[in-house]
Amino acid sequence: MKDNSYASVMGRKNEIMKNAIGIDYTDFEKDGISFDYERMMRETGYTLEEMQRIQGQTSVGNTPIFEMKNLTALARKYADPGKGARIFIKDEGGNPSGSFKARRAANAVYHAKKLGYKGVIAATSGNYGAAVASQAAMQGLKCIIVQETFDSKGVGQPEIIEKARKCEAYGAEVIQLTVGPELFYEFLLLLEETGYFNASLYTPFGIAGVETLGYELSMQMREKFGKDPEVVVCTNAGGGNLTGTARGLIKAGALETQVVGASVDLAGLHMASDSQFNKKSFTTGHTGFGLPFSTFPDRSDVPRSAARPMRYMDRYVTVTQGEVFYMTEALAQLEGIERGPAGNTALAAAFSIAREMDQDQMIVVQETEYTGAGKHHQPQLSFARENGIEIMFGDPKTQKPGETIVFPKHPGLIQAIDLDMNKIRTSVIKNATVNQGVKRVNSEDIDYLILETRMNREFVIGVLNDLGVEHT
Amino acid sequence: MIIQKGEWVRIHRVILNPEQRAPQVPDDTKNVPLEMWVKGFLQEEASIGDAVTIKTITGRLEKGTLLEVNPTYTHSFGKYVPELLQIGLDLKEILFGGDSDER
Repeated sequence: MKDNSYASVMGRKNEIMKNAIGIDYTDFEKDGISFDYERMMRETGYTLEEMQRIQGQTSVGNTPIFEMKNLTALARKYADPGKGARIFIKDEGGNPSGSFKARRAANAVYHAKKLGYKGVIAATSGNYGAAVASQAAMQGLKCIIVQETFDSKGVGQPEIIEKARKCEAYGAEVIQLTVGPELFYEFLLLLEETGYFNASLYTPFGIAGVETLGYELSMQMREKFGKDPEVVVCTNAGGGNLTGTARGLIKAGALETQVVGASVDLAGLHMASDSQFNKKSFTTGHTGFGLPFSTFPDRSDVPRSAARPMRYMDRYVTVTQGEVFYMTEALAQLEGIERGPAGNTALAAAFSIAREMDQDQMIVVQETEYTGAGKHHQPQLSFARENGIEIMFGDPKTQKPGETIVFPKHPGLIQAIDLDMNKIRTSVIKNATVNQGVKRVNSEDIDYLILETRMNREFVIGVLNDLGVEHT
Repeated sequence: MIIQKGEWVRIHRVILNPEQRAPQVPDDTKNVPLEMWVKGFLQEEASIGDAVTIKTITGRLEKGTLLEVNPTYTHSFGKYVPELLQIGLDLKEILFGGDSDER
């Protein structure tokens, strides 16, 4: 009988993963710390045309872009004369499973079926689970979704409970766990038991699935307005949304478009803490995922994550929980569109950034998500209040995650806060070197770190020197 | 109450006891077990609280403590949060309202 202790199962991780994903990641590894990202994307992913065909077969993609005329008018009331860019959203909530994640799942499930797997497993409490379940239903595979759902008192976030319902609605088996990173342990055990495909969020085909979003966005804006938008804002958590969108924009030739990441500021809350689990009012799109995954993408459930947002991000901002809930309400009240809430993180950021831009410029929020019982700002706020969190009007910047949610007293107080990009880039280098016990890097590694940080040689060498890492 | 074989039920099982948990988890999490809930068809006649086997929707067999028959969803839109009402009123006043209407 197999030893199923935590240590033993984690020790079998590589072997289980290799069987469950059909990619030998060692093929792309190089001598030092680097690997060939582009070759991995090319050889294990799909071309844009193939992805459009695969997604088209299950009615994924080709979502409309809406102009937010009233939100734009509102932003201009709080902007300097001549300022206030036109705000748009790409309504990804219109995908079969209700979010852009359908694009990732369509590719992953198609790939699993092509390789002959009988089922798919994904570890996710969010929209991706619903997307995998929806695709598995359409493509005739079995599906298991593993969720981190409850704290030790058996209490769960309404949003996650709703996601379990949605997965089950599509015929998936949902395994609900209490808080903790050992979700990955249970996930490995299930992969081993079933022989199903690991529909990870971070495979090359999953990330490539989002490229169609960026490409479509550029094509739609050119068709309507004759140019690409100046700015695209992506809600950032695991990094796949931003990475895929940016790659799609590049494939469309939209090289001048600035790509901004936005996360809800949850500073101070520990993601693996049982007692803090239900103190947060956002289950995704927050800094608790966004920062660790941006600075160390390979922390994911595959050996090399295809989501590498710092290769593409021009700017990274945070917004507060109160600002995002406020914008979610504003979207319904002023535009007649009920979506979100987590997907509206980028919308709150865009409302702020639009005010810095000229009126003839355009800013696009590249996704929305479905809403409903549990997954709506009303139950999230009600749940927060039941958990002792104070809800009030005031300056959103005075919020304390886990203690208060502050709605802006007026829309002019919605202000995206820039994170220090060079600090994040420095962390990327630190996590790739000293934090892995690496004390010396070669010239190929330096080229790799230049790509990983999207900076020049001087920057990378400077950080390596500061970290005391030798280089040749 | 006796629950018949074949009924759709929800079970609970401890996956890892506190002492078996991963070394990196924070202390408050390390003090509690890793628990699991899953649904499936009951494989033998049983009562609530019994140790049972179920067959999940994908056909896997799982063991655990029987909790609930025909498990239902209870999530909702929560208790009303009146502050939200104010946001729409404020925004409509700012954008379309009375004397401050600049259009």
